[in-house]
Amino acid sequence: MHKALQLEPEKCTGCLQCEMACSYENEQAFNPSKSRIKVFNFHDEGRFAPYTCSQCSEAWCMHACPVEAIVINQKTGAKEVIEDVCVGCKVCTIACPFGTVNYNSDSGKVIKCDLCGGDPACATACPTGAITYVDADHTGLARMKAHASQTIPKA
Amino acid sequence: MKHVIIGAGPSGVVAAETLRKLQPGAEITLVGEEPEAPYSRMALPYFLIKQIKEEGTHLRKDPNHFAQQNIKVMRERVASIDRAAHQAKLASGGTLTYDKLLIATGSRPVAPPVPGMDLPGIFNCWTLADGRNIASRAKPGARVLLMGAGFIGCIILEALAQSGADLTVVEMADRMVPRMMNDTAGNLIKDWCEKAGVTVHTSTRVTAIKKGSKLAFAVEMSTGETAEFDLIVSATGVKPAIDFLQGSGIETDHGILVNRHMQTNDADVYASGDVAQGRDFSTGDYTVQAIQPTATEHGQLAARNMAGHQGAIHRGSVNMNVLDTLGLISSSFGLWMGKQGGQSAELLNRERFKYLNLQFEDDVLIGATSLGMTQHIGVVRGLIQTRTRLGKWKDKLLEDPTRLMEAYLASTQAIGFNAALMK
Repeated sequence: MHKALQLEPEKCTGCLQCEMACSYENEQAFNPSKSRIKVFNFHDEGRFAPYTCSQCSEAWCMHACPVEAIVINQKTGAKEVIEDVCVGCKVCTIACPFGTVNYNSDSGKVIKCDLCGGDPACATACPTGAITYVDADHTGLARMKAHASQTIPKA
Repeated sequence: MKHVIIGAGPSGVVAAETLRKLQPGAEITLVGEEPEAPYSRMALPYFLIKQIKEEGTHLRKDPNHFAQQNIKVMRERVASIDRAAHQAKLASGGTLTYDKLLIATGSRPVAPPVPGMDLPGIFNCWTLADGRNIASRAKPGARVLLMGAGFIGCIILEALAQSGADLTVVEMADRMVPRMMNDTAGNLIKDWCEKAGVTVHTSTRVTAIKKGSKLAFAVEMSTGETAEFDLIVSATGVKPAIDFLQGSGIETDHGILVNRHMQTNDADVYASGDVAQGRDFSTGDYTVQAIQPTATEHGQLAARNMAGHQGAIHRGSVNMNVLDTLGLISSSFGLWMGKQGGQSAELLNRERFKYLNLQFEDDVLIGATSLGMTQHIGVVRGLIQTRTRLGKWKDKLLEDPTRLMEAYLASTQAIGFNAALMK
């Protein structure tokens, strides 16, 4: 059973520790601009939304890559960028309809969430439980139901 | 079942692999006319600047990949198709019999009708062989003329400039990348290149090329100017590689005509990728997009239909491109030029080369152009393709288009009010 990141915006306080942890884990620097997870700030509502790659099964990024630089980690199910193979063409950044593959101009390569090989630093760092690493089947069911109910016209 | 795929680019390779998954017992033959292992033209510029070795351009890195998949790869040129006999005739004399045929031959560069274009030493940048030729000649200080500043031209431009060549670019249109960038963005890219020391002539044509007196070539331009160059690289456009279909009865227009199953007018012949005139998501028209994501989308769809999955219908591909011109990153999506009766939002910072233009129809995003944006740009595709109603977020985007990601999250994800989890 693969696990997945469960993101619960209503628990997020916008502390950005996930971004710090992600950038430190992956770039060895506390630089949120290099984080693979981002917290979006809805300042007029006082809400925050952590957001990163859901490791979607369609894997738009992987199929769009012209040089086979994005592969599936069989252990975690994550779609991972092999940095040595990536040429930096950025096609995956426009192909991903979720906007979760980004170009890193320092390295000239793209970056995306790889679930830290199965121990995501963001989930460990999150002090409020807004980011948890749980069985993939359990992510977001309550959210999907709630969201769906909003879109069904009331009788 | 015997499947023959002509063309070993991304579309053909993805189709072959998809067919293998769907039909483990089928006979699959992939025919490519170039001598190398199947490779990506997209990666050629990076080969040109020696960032990667030749193997780095290969579509599949494991040399045994195709053998393991039981896909037979042939290095042959297909000369013609005999539909009645269900055969592809090889230029070397043999024939390949098929039950289903996929044509994924891509495109070929087109030489502009300029006297002297046939002189030796003028190269396209289309094949690995071209790449090797250019890389060995574009030495630091060499005077290089690049004809054409379209998408391919601009990708090569980057590689040529990095090699240290003294570079001049000539483009017929009034801006750079005219088929991907609007006036503002196309001219900002021009300014950027000129700042980087590249000479750019827009609204200019090369009118004649002759042997030079000091350097290899003397070039006359429509402006009356003459200049000499060591090397000329032509990137004035490509066209679908359909010449071999003449007399086959397979219907073509600009490219091969296909329906929403990627099927041609012959039920056993399919076409995909740059050679196919496939459905455009935004317009519903059938056009040659000639972009990588569309090529692989086509390849998958064609393969599913060839394997008998009639339900695999093409919804249409979103036309989109991303380009890195000497470090200035640009992208465009869908109806970036807008639609009559629609609305647009625009943000421009000329000094910092930042630009974002969003196009709406009602409260739905239908297109975009960006310069200098590299973060979360994929949501533009997501919003266009899902035809997400943005509601009040459209008005917020009209005020500040950079809030695109918030608009996306608020419109598509269970956040705050949407989640109904916070009372």
